[in-house]
Amino acid sequence: MDDIYRQYILDHFREPHNHGTLEHPTLHASDTNPLCGDRIELDLNVSDDRVSEVRFSGRGCAISQATASMLTERIEGATLEELRALTPADIFEMLGVEVGPARQRCALLSLRVLHQGIQGPYTGRWSDDDEDDAIE
Amino acid sequence: MLDATEATHAAQVTDTSDTAATTARSDRADDASAPTIASLAPRADFPILAREINGKPLAFLDSAASAQKPAAVLDAMNHFARTSYANIHRGAYTLSEEATRAYERARKNVAKFINARSARELIFTRNTTESINLVARTWAEANLRPGDALLLTEMEHHSNIVPWQLAAQRVGAEVFYTPVTDEGELDLAAYEALLERHTPKLVAVTQMSNVLGTLTPLPELIAKAHAVGALVLVDGAQGAPHLPVDVRALDCDFYAFSGHKMLGPSGIGALWGRAELLEAMPPFMGGGDMIREVTLAGATWNDLPWKFEAGTPAIVEAVGLGAAVDYLRQLGMERVHAHEQALTTYALERLRAIPGLTIYGPPAERRGGVISFTLGDIHAHDLATLLDREGVAVRAGHHCAQPLMERLQVAATARASFYVYTTSAEVDTLAEALERARAIFAL
Ligand SMILES: Cc1ncc(COP(=O)(O)O)c(C=O)c1O
Repeated sequence: MDDIYRQYILDHFREPHNHGTLEHPTLHASDTNPLCGDRIELDLNVSDDRVSEVRFSGRGCAISQATASMLTERIEGATLEELRALTPADIFEMLGVEVGPARQRCALLSLRVLHQGIQGPYTGRWSDDDEDDAIE
Repeated sequence: MLDATEATHAAQVTDTSDTAATTARSDRADDASAPTIASLAPRADFPILAREINGKPLAFLDSAASAQKPAAVLDAMNHFARTSYANIHRGAYTLSEEATRAYERARKNVAKFINARSARELIFTRNTTESINLVARTWAEANLRPGDALLLTEMEHHSNIVPWQLAAQRVGAEVFYTPVTDEGELDLAAYEALLERHTPKLVAVTQMSNVLGTLTPLPELIAKAHAVGALVLVDGAQGAPHLPVDVRALDCDFYAFSGHKMLGPSGIGALWGRAELLEAMPPFMGGGDMIREVTLAGATWNDLPWKFEAGTPAIVEAVGLGAAVDYLRQLGMERVHAHEQALTTYALERLRAIPGLTIYGPPAERRGGVISFTLGDIHAHDLATLLDREGVAVRAGHHCAQPLMERLQVAATARASFYVYTTSAEVDTLAEALERARAIFAL
């Protein structure tokens, strides 16, 4: 059994990076995982098409909060194009542990919020849902 | 099937120091006197309990969500489906008559289980939710006027809140809520004041909170509601599986419950109501079986209970629920409740010894076999995942009771719940797994 509670994940949960809010962010988005109430809020400052500053806040389980912390580190300095290209697979790779089906939504919450922030309000279909709903 | 000798010695707290040594934590000074509580029902009756989860024996502590099924129930359904299945109330052929008889026998059995006056008063539904919706549509439609009041409580499951909110919206009625005290019990003074002030047409209240395990003082609540002319619907989803239920002694007006929480299959539940109330209510869904006569101009309704059972019902599942009721009756509902209280008393003590653990709800004598808790700042979902790795199945989240969670000011709890097959050794496994979770999260 692969341990999703690795030390570095717990460290990100206990001492999250880029935690907080920005005064006048270029982009702001937030969302909740209706199943467990996990919440992530994301503030981004973008200049020259690149993320210059990023902060997150929220509450919830170790997986959702640690992922958000790791994601903010990863996207600092990234272009909007690179943000758009991020996929659930990138998130799982970044986490470096296998996340069971029951907890994947926790892990993908911050990506969902990020994509909402750069694409506008949630329209009812996101990449992770698309895969869930696909009929082979 | 249940064996009479096994059934007599459960629900006892015995002092067996040899087993205590293997189940209790070694740093407890009182190891030798730690009680062991055996399963009330023979565990071998429940095939699923032999499963391993993540390499560990399953400790199933989520019966409040749905109970496991004994072989007696699974076999009864299997046997019926293999030998006597056909649609009911239809054909004038032997098989259909047999199936109809089995379905109606199950109804009678379930009606007897809650001491209904007549099987006519017992309507088969899909579950508690559908039973409550039935009343919130048909009774409410016929009886509620703009400005009328409904009185619920802050500790209701969403399925005893949302149908009433919808009904209130449709007719322009208002919904009020009896508050919950810090101990997790109903505020009875506030209840009386709300009855006085709003003279509600109906009070809807749970028999036991699915989050806190709180047992509500139903006889008192019902008498006071009747005194101001209100009807009372009891949400028995957590009552019928765990407590002796006598709807006539309770003197309630409607009683709703689910088969799947009382050792029966999912897909079948029931609504009991006073015959005169049910007679006066318009039908719920329209379709086959619920009519007496249909013309192009309209229809007249079938007799009770079929008036409320449109379409082909859950026939096999009804037979399964009948078998579940037989099984519970053999165990004895007094003893089911005593077993769960003994486990709860033990578990509360065991869990209280864990540093950082917060338990919600009243003391053991005023609750059933449900314990909601949080551990330090570990989120309930992390806790459930960590416990699952030890084979322990608990529920995590808001338990479909968001107003109560709001009242307790907690986003989510983990919840352990007990039933006839639960043992104190499983409670020990839970406690040990929680200790491990503390270590991982460095609490
Ligand atoms: C107190 C209470 N009421 C209602 C329900 C709803 O039951 P069902 O989902 O079977 O309709 C539940 C089940 O979780 C419950 O615990």
